[in-house]
Amino acid sequence: MKRWLWILPILLIALTFGVVTAQAQSGTPHTPTDDEVNAVAGQLYCPVCENIPLDVCGTQACAQWRDLVREKLSQGYTADEIKAYFAEQYGDRVLAEPPRRGLNWLVYILPPAFILAGLFILFQAFRTWRIPEAEQAQASPPVPEVGDEYLRRLEEELKKR
Amino acid sequence: MPEQNLNPATTDVAQIEASQGQRRLTLGWGLAFLAVLVLLVLIALMLRRTQQGPIGIGDPVPDFTLTTFEGQQIHLSDLRGKVVVLNFWASWCIPCEQEAAGLESVWRQYQDSGQVIFLGANYVDTEPEAKGYLAKFDITYPNGPDLGTHISQEFRIRGVPETYFIDRDGNLAYAQIGPFSSAQQIKAIIEPLLQK
Repeated sequence: MKRWLWILPILLIALTFGVVTAQAQSGTPHTPTDDEVNAVAGQLYCPVCENIPLDVCGTQACAQWRDLVREKLSQGYTADEIKAYFAEQYGDRVLAEPPRRGLNWLVYILPPAFILAGLFILFQAFRTWRIPEAEQAQASPPVPEVGDEYLRRLEEELKKR
Repeated sequence: MPEQNLNPATTDVAQIEASQGQRRLTLGWGLAFLAVLVLLVLIALMLRRTQQGPIGIGDPVPDFTLTTFEGQQIHLSDLRGKVVVLNFWASWCIPCEQEAAGLESVWRQYQDSGQVIFLGANYVDTEPEAKGYLAKFDITYPNGPDLGTHISQEFRIRGVPETYFIDRDGNLAYAQIGPFSSAQQIKAIIEPLLQK
């Protein structure tokens, strides 16, 4: 039994070292990669140069905003929280996707509504195109067969005039 | 030759069905027209809001609140009776740097009189860089971020720097688009407003 006792201090030292290392690692703030920053920046637009996503914008201002995204990510902010922060600071226009409130709903409702309305109009149009054909087949009397002799004579008469 | 349907009862049913179909069609078109009308009204309201022109000279300036970097809230309506100089700037704006020292020097000349108030609205900027800019040019008049770009949208600014002079009655007296060339230019605009 005593032969194994020498292992105990080694285990104790290893355990202490492991705990200290784990604590040090958890205390170190996460440094976001460029890909992580760009993933969030791609969902935002440059507030100054219109219609340019933040991840591909080359101005000094955009570089500052990307640094801000990096800083917020390292502080543990989620992508949604960062977007909310940017919207509060710079207005809704920096968001790639307009927030679902107020008149912004039109952006989400109108396109599908127009598509549905278009489909309905097409459906109605196709129906009205088909009905007269069927009606005609049922209601109108068949055209009497006219002999070739009659046609020939008619054309002759017309030529004479 | 096929027999033609001359039964009056059947003809009536067909006419009733046709008139009902016609009524449904009219109702459908009416609803579609109403929907388009509502849509047009909504678009008109949106356009009216977004396409509103800038505040004209002599027009009353709508009230706004500027929250400074120190957290102080300044309401324009509380500054009635004083001349207000509202400057829009950003740390990434190079022309803003040209006029920064001039604005600060004029502010220091009028500060003690209490008749002129300078306000700096920091336009789409990041706070550390904005504070660095203020420290670099030793700017002491109240400055704060234009949160949500609400103030700049009211003035319909086209860029930075832009400076607006508001008279004692709260009306827009002068708009400077772009940087000032000198401190004298700023004073030359303020002086006549103080005489009124």
